[in-house]
Amino acid sequence: MADTARRFERTTAAPVGEPSTEGRVRPRLSEWIVIGAALTYAATLLFAPLGALAWGALSRGIATFFRVLSTPDALSALKLTFLLAVGATAINTVFGVAAAWLLVRDRSFPGRRLVNGIVDLPFAVSPVIAGFMLIVLFGRTGWFAPLADALGVKVLFAVPGMLIATTFISLPFVVREIMPVLQQLGEEEEDAAYTLGASRWRTFWSITLPGIRPGVQYGVLLTFARAVGEVGAVLVVSGSIVGLTETSTLFIFRALDERNPVAGYAMALVLAISSFVLLTAMEWTKRRRSSGV
Amino acid sequence: MSAARPRRPVGGAGRPWGLWGLRGAVLAYLALMIAVPLLAVFQRGFRDGLGAFWGELSSPIAFDALKLTVLVAAVTAGINFVMGTLTAYVLARYEFPGRRFLDGLVDMPFAIPTLVTGVMLVVLYGPSSVLGGWLESRGVSVIFAKPGIVLALLFVTYPFVIRAVQPVLLAAERYEEEAAFTMGASKWTVFRHIVLPTILPAAASGALLSFARALGEFGSIVVVAGNIPRRTLTAPVHVFGEIEAHNERGASAMSVVLLALSFGLLLLVDWRQRRKVQVLRG
Repeated sequence: MADTARRFERTTAAPVGEPSTEGRVRPRLSEWIVIGAALTYAATLLFAPLGALAWGALSRGIATFFRVLSTPDALSALKLTFLLAVGATAINTVFGVAAAWLLVRDRSFPGRRLVNGIVDLPFAVSPVIAGFMLIVLFGRTGWFAPLADALGVKVLFAVPGMLIATTFISLPFVVREIMPVLQQLGEEEEDAAYTLGASRWRTFWSITLPGIRPGVQYGVLLTFARAVGEVGAVLVVSGSIVGLTETSTLFIFRALDERNPVAGYAMALVLAISSFVLLTAMEWTKRRRSSGV
Repeated sequence: MSAARPRRPVGGAGRPWGLWGLRGAVLAYLALMIAVPLLAVFQRGFRDGLGAFWGELSSPIAFDALKLTVLVAAVTAGINFVMGTLTAYVLARYEFPGRRFLDGLVDMPFAIPTLVTGVMLVVLYGPSSVLGGWLESRGVSVIFAKPGIVLALLFVTYPFVIRAVQPVLLAAERYEEEAAFTMGASKWTVFRHIVLPTILPAAASGALLSFARALGEFGSIVVVAGNIPRRTLTAPVHVFGEIEAHNERGASAMSVVLLALSFGLLLLVDWRQRRKVQVLRG
């Protein structure tokens, strides 16, 4: 059934993004000035700093690079970053699929417009403020402090607070990536499944979910990348306890502070490379989506 | 959409509690994750009265931080408006070596951690680097100065205008442009009178979004700016400083201003888009 759905999608869904090179012309000599300006801008703004970082991190030899990254502090920072990113991505994916489904399919959902507006707010909140919100909520006089005390959970300056902060700042991605795919998918197949007697749950699992998979994948990658790179929010709530609540970005922050650029640059290069891997995966998902495979 | 579609079992048939459970869970999650924490910050900001609120904001350090943040965000939005439109036009209209490569890398700044952006700029332009030393000897300081802040913001907000303008250019009907060419208009005339009016709203939306993003930027700036009060201390870094100094009132007052500014901008962009959709429909 899922297979049929996918084959159907391939024939009906319009390819998004690039409509081939049609309409693009080879520039004349004078127009190369404009293209040159765009390319020079991108090269100086984006690529020169990247090159400098690679050089700065590797100039003391590849052995030093690996040595500073294999210290216990560096390894535990990398591990914490990975765990937080996985946790935040998992939470946001489950929530994102549910929220996107409600926003697109559930026409009688009360407060749909309100929810639609609220979902985007984390993008407009400075990461520092995102962390500060938790200090206000869970601090000594905070509204949630009694609850956390009663449950015996330490939120601030501990991993739970960092997870909440990371989840908050990456919350909108999955919802926003799924919504257009769900809209484009249409309801014909779902209606057919209902007519044939499938339950709402069954229909969701065998029709809707396979249909929105490209959107989910892209959203997951975006969420993960954003979560890996977060610094402001976790800096505020973590208390930066070395080896315990220090993420990779906080490791860089401390290395620069302690005038230990070698370690800071090396970790920064690792994060830059990991974001390139994620970016490549995103491009691949996008291309697959637009070619309808 | 046609009116005659099969009855969907939403709400009615089957187990309505399932749907209501889902609705309730999503609403509760959003309320707890987003609405309540934001309200808490606003409440904290105004808890000690308006006088205390203004007192925190009108201190010279806080006021200058806010002024600097708005200034660098405006400069960033302006440069993005021009360079983003140009880049999007070039990507959409010309075929040249490296086009696909550039197109694929437009989103890179969204994937790279902002702190890493800051580190990269320090490596490239820092006083101990070749380029930074050369610039320094000519009296230009980038790092620990305003140019560094703007460079960091330009990097971080690079995709906004491009990604707003590109789809409009790709979807635009070309016959008007072709008609103008046929009648002998130059490339520049066509761009100014036909292409530009079409993409201007999208470019403006993108620039507004990059302005809002720049207002809240922290990770790249904190490394690059040097955070000298009254000179290179931006509002988000000021909030961080106040949190570190255990001055919750000061942190929340500035947070309220930043939140109000960026929510206002978000509403503006949203309203402009909705208006555009209505114009298209009507």
